[in-house]
Amino acid sequence: MIRATDLKKHFRVHKRPPGFASAMKSLFHRTYETVKAVDGVSFTIERGERVGFLGPNGAGKTTTLKVLSGLLHPTSGVVEVEGHTPYRRETKLLEAITLVMGQKSQLIWDLPPSETYAMNRAVFDVPKAQFDATLKELTDLLDLGPLLDKPTRQLSLGERMKCELAAALLHQPTTLFLDEPTIGLDVAMQVAIRDFVRSYNQRHEATVLLTSHYMDDVVALCPRIIVIDHGVLVHDGDLRALIKTMDPDKRVSFTLTTQVADEDVAKLGTLVAREGQRISLKVAEADIPQVVGHLLGTLKAADLAIEDPPLEDVLRVMFGRHKAPS
Amino acid sequence: MSATRTWRALPTLLRIGVAETVAYRAEFLVWILTTTLPLVMLGLWTSVAQHDDFKGYSSAAFVAYYLANLIVRNLTGSWIAWQLSEEIRTGAMSMRLLRPLHPYVAFAASHLAAVPFRTVVAMPIAVVMLVSSGASALTTEPLQLALILPSLVLAWVITFNVMFMIGSLGFFVTKTMALLNLYFGLFSLLSGYLLPIPLLPGQIRWFAEWMPFRYMLSAPIELMTVKLAAAEAWWILLAQSGWAVATLVLALVVWNRGVKRFEAVGG
Repeated sequence: MIRATDLKKHFRVHKRPPGFASAMKSLFHRTYETVKAVDGVSFTIERGERVGFLGPNGAGKTTTLKVLSGLLHPTSGVVEVEGHTPYRRETKLLEAITLVMGQKSQLIWDLPPSETYAMNRAVFDVPKAQFDATLKELTDLLDLGPLLDKPTRQLSLGERMKCELAAALLHQPTTLFLDEPTIGLDVAMQVAIRDFVRSYNQRHEATVLLTSHYMDDVVALCPRIIVIDHGVLVHDGDLRALIKTMDPDKRVSFTLTTQVADEDVAKLGTLVAREGQRISLKVAEADIPQVVGHLLGTLKAADLAIEDPPLEDVLRVMFGRHKAPS
Repeated sequence: MSATRTWRALPTLLRIGVAETVAYRAEFLVWILTTTLPLVMLGLWTSVAQHDDFKGYSSAAFVAYYLANLIVRNLTGSWIAWQLSEEIRTGAMSMRLLRPLHPYVAFAASHLAAVPFRTVVAMPIAVVMLVSSGASALTTEPLQLALILPSLVLAWVITFNVMFMIGSLGFFVTKTMALLNLYFGLFSLLSGYLLPIPLLPGQIRWFAEWMPFRYMLSAPIELMTVKLAAAEAWWILLAQSGWAVATLVLALVVWNRGVKRFEAVGG
């Protein structure tokens, strides 16, 4: 179980304008400001839950994960992970958790991943039989066979990420902190990693807290999401409930089989996108039966789909920004 | 992590340390070649003592001193401060902190694994030269011969501790290079690296004898090259043991205070 109560993490940051004069001035007089990376966040995550942790860049997601995994001491507040205070980094806690950071590697750069695995086995004191069984399972699931004995520096980003995941899971942790685990990976690899995380969660009843740049990761994996912005929690709950609250309208997509003008289509709902005959409309939930009936009956539309709005759109509305959140 | 578990993990850590050392062989060779300053000083002082002894040091004594110096420096040198401060600065330390093994132990194992390789390049040359040109100045006292190995081990420990402490200062200052330069200046002068401590002027000599630097380098050299009374030889080892404990405590205090300030940048 993970519990954060009024968690705050503030950093003191040296501020200096660009230029030679300010560089010289900063030799004698420095200006600092306090950045409130996390400012009073509280939540509880039960064992076995898969939770997406979302927010725009700089919202405090990674900082929170680092506090939860014991890398950072909180400025104030109470944090508990599997019954331990993370920053004490007790052996029992470190054996129970793992942190995967898409942009940080734990693999030994000039040696093959198998050497990092051997080191982790020694350090985490994993019995040989258990290690062999887990490695075999991970090798099969992630298709690591050809990668185990190649120097890490010669692996592609996707290959390295799969090896990172295996290194992070060899000691069979029950709490997974995943910070952008699919960053930079192609779509097929993203899907493979997602499937693997879901399967690991189900087989080990592991708790998963995930941040991802790709909303598809979150939608596919996390029934519950926690959203923070400027270090403050702005939503904690069911993903569908958030979407419904922020944007209750549905997206109706279809392909026209006859020529219909935009104005006529717009009478059915708000036009979101049109690419040739493929059209996407925003339609109020109550109007769906009538609109679908008209589309199928009168306009002879094909390939009709009714979906929730994309999470990116919902978050864009939520943060009141024009660029996609991460 | 318990001592038993650390002990069980040690063979694997040492084996991986060896594999890493072999992987970085070019860098390693350059590192060894940069510790040849004693050879430069050897040329200088043997020419000074070519005709007459200089303050009690004959030409053979200088040869013995500086070759022993080269051997001790190669066996006990440490680069942990650079590694540590760089990992702190870039945030790479994060991954070490997630393992149930104190980074002190992890780094110590990887550095220990490199010791045999440090001997491969410089040691045969130094030993051959030492025996052929400076043998007359080497000790033959059984007690001193017996104490050389423990003294080398303690010199390694003190050096590692001091460098670990300097590296841990990276938690407090962004770059520790200036501190390292200051340290190396003091070390060169007060450890006997540049010249034997007895050749230092009065007050500096007194200071050098009480500072830890002597016990990081000069102590094993003294056991190898100076005829000492048994009590003096034991005193050197006792002082080294004291400094080993003191510097370990100091290194861990700096580490423990520093790690609370760790910002785990990146990721």
